[in-house]
Amino acid sequence: MRFKTAIAVGLAGMLALAGCSGGGTPATTPAANAGGATTAAGPAGGAEGGAGGDVGVFTWWAEGSEKDGLAELEKLFEQDFPNNTFVNLAVAGGAGSNAKAKLAADLQNNNPPESFQGHAGAELMDYIDADQIEPVNDIIDELGGDSVFPKNLLDLISVDGDIFSVPSNVHRSNVVWVNPAVLAEAGISTDAPADLDAWIADLEKLKAAGVDTPISVGTAAWTQVHLFESILLAELGTDEYNKLFEPGASWDTDAVKSAVSKYAKVLTYANTGGADDWPAATVMVIDGKAGYNIMGDWAVAEFNSKNKTYGTDYLAWPTPGTDGTFLFLADSFTLAKGAKNPEGAKDWLRLVGSAEGQKAFNIVKGSIPARTDVAAGDFPEYQQSAMTSFKEDKIASSIAHGAAANNAWNSEIGTAISKFWTDKDEAGLVSGLVAAADKNNK
Amino acid sequence: MGRVKNWWTGLLMVSPSILLVIVFVYGLIGQNVATSLEAAKTRSGRVLAEGGLANYVELLTWDRYQHALWNLLILTLVFVGGTMFFGLLWALLLEKGVPGEGFFRSVYLFPMAVSFIASGVVWRWLLDPGMGEQAIGLNKLFLMMGMPALQSTWWSSAGKFNMAAMAIPAIWQLAGYVMALFLAGFRGISEDQREAARVDGATEFQLYRHVLFPQLSPIALSALIIVGHMSMKTFDLIYAIAGQNSYVSEVPATLMWVQLFSLNNPVQAAANATILLAVIAVAVVPYLIYTNRTERAGR
Repeated sequence: MRFKTAIAVGLAGMLALAGCSGGGTPATTPAANAGGATTAAGPAGGAEGGAGGDVGVFTWWAEGSEKDGLAELEKLFEQDFPNNTFVNLAVAGGAGSNAKAKLAADLQNNNPPESFQGHAGAELMDYIDADQIEPVNDIIDELGGDSVFPKNLLDLISVDGDIFSVPSNVHRSNVVWVNPAVLAEAGISTDAPADLDAWIADLEKLKAAGVDTPISVGTAAWTQVHLFESILLAELGTDEYNKLFEPGASWDTDAVKSAVSKYAKVLTYANTGGADDWPAATVMVIDGKAGYNIMGDWAVAEFNSKNKTYGTDYLAWPTPGTDGTFLFLADSFTLAKGAKNPEGAKDWLRLVGSAEGQKAFNIVKGSIPARTDVAAGDFPEYQQSAMTSFKEDKIASSIAHGAAANNAWNSEIGTAISKFWTDKDEAGLVSGLVAAADKNNK
Repeated sequence: MGRVKNWWTGLLMVSPSILLVIVFVYGLIGQNVATSLEAAKTRSGRVLAEGGLANYVELLTWDRYQHALWNLLILTLVFVGGTMFFGLLWALLLEKGVPGEGFFRSVYLFPMAVSFIASGVVWRWLLDPGMGEQAIGLNKLFLMMGMPALQSTWWSSAGKFNMAAMAIPAIWQLAGYVMALFLAGFRGISEDQREAARVDGATEFQLYRHVLFPQLSPIALSALIIVGHMSMKTFDLIYAIAGQNSYVSEVPATLMWVQLFSLNNPVQAAANATILLAVIAVAVVPYLIYTNRTERAGR
């Protein structure tokens, strides 16, 4: 007995070491300045060849397609502004959670990077509120203003006529990823169900057919908020959903309550563990363990990396009940107040906001350009359809990704959702959501 | 005369460290307390903290904070109880000089060499709440051993005592350390005493109960304080296992992170930190006084 315990303890120790060695993520090393680049046909404005000096750019794009997209931008930056040196300050960690803590400390200590990534929308208001970023109206005007950026997107990042960031890319949040093979086993049509109730009926059929996990979700709080926002949008409709985020709006409504009970219903078809962050949940669909997963359109990278073909191995539709609405989130870049090299930072913003920069970056990252004048032709099939939707659909803002609610509000919604995950107390979730709104939405 | 001169040299030698401690320990504690009493408002006019002692009242009456305190209590009780129990048990088994003692000692002590954040990654997987077909980690192990009833949702259950599960990895990590302390204690007691007791006709139980254990009580107290204050400060283990923003496993230290970085409320975070410091001081200061006294008495 004693010996067995000893072996068990020893094995667990070895596992700990294995976990340790797998954790390191190599950071991108800033490539040396490609001195004497030949052409500067890229973004116009600013000093010829750039203002010079180091330009520190802070992102949470440290892995996968995001890292590759950033590398494309870096290449272009060094080509268009050979005088500047790009310094990659990326911090790894899910959805920027670690990065934001590091950034908050740097900003607090008056040691800002030249430019940092921020979700366009309410999340940016925290930085504006704390007086940590500068307006960039001149850059936006130089880039073409609201003739190239959607007006409603610019509104989300403006306060009193001052625009506070340059949007770089847009993602869609309300996407269901479907494994048609799993659906076929239960004899379910692979067409998108008309509404939420029809979809819940399909989930029930899958369960009855012996699929243990009809829909997969991560145990990380934000992945659950991500699922919830889709259901909230489906239940309320776009206009009612958007009204929830107008100052003073009440969440204590029957519609919110019924959305919560639909969410509770959907969770009964979900896994109770086994997937911590979104990739693991998406992989459950890829492996045929789950029929559906709701995740933003960056999940396509996960399918691509497993060599799956769109249309045969997997499908994607808007969350049932949200067809015709683009639940969006966008990344944008800011000009940090007190940056050591503001002119260099502006050069970076010029590139990020240029058609050339947005095309190079978004094709690789799997998102779509925030600019509406980038030719869709060169993008892969899914991105082309997303670009069309973004132009034609109604727009709603994502909660989980900082577009609709500021950091504090988002965090409190996350807490209520994470509490609900374990206690399944619908009234508790409603009162948590109402309290979070009352406290933060003024 | 010479004495006075020596005293000055000594003071000169230690003054850099005294200065550093004054600035970086007590200075920063003071700064933290001062911050916790500030009033704070965002530029758009939202009041984050009213200022003064009202900050503490608000924090202490916050149900989320009370929940975090409760979690901390459960975690600390189970963590301290568990490490003391297993530490003493292992020390008892090893102190008789079993063959391969060195090997077992290393095996038990080894987990302490791993950082919480690294072992947390593994325990996150071991303590995954998935059951049945979704089971991984320990639940899967129980299934494979034909004991499905032992499956648990571990720390991510809605029960009031879910934090007891969070203590499992902490116990695994530190029980070996407590064992080492006790083992050193046992070795410090001379063999004559045992023989004397046996000659007097004490049973083995009486020997431990009346001769050995009483002499271990200072060690037990040190172990209790060391493990107890580690438990109260635990942040990395919970962060690694439960991730950010996990309400069910929230303790004051992780809540402080949320207050500071997600809720953008450094004032309330500072109040939280001050209370945490006070709670730990309540445990540690009497111990320091006690050891000081016993040392003086022993001189």
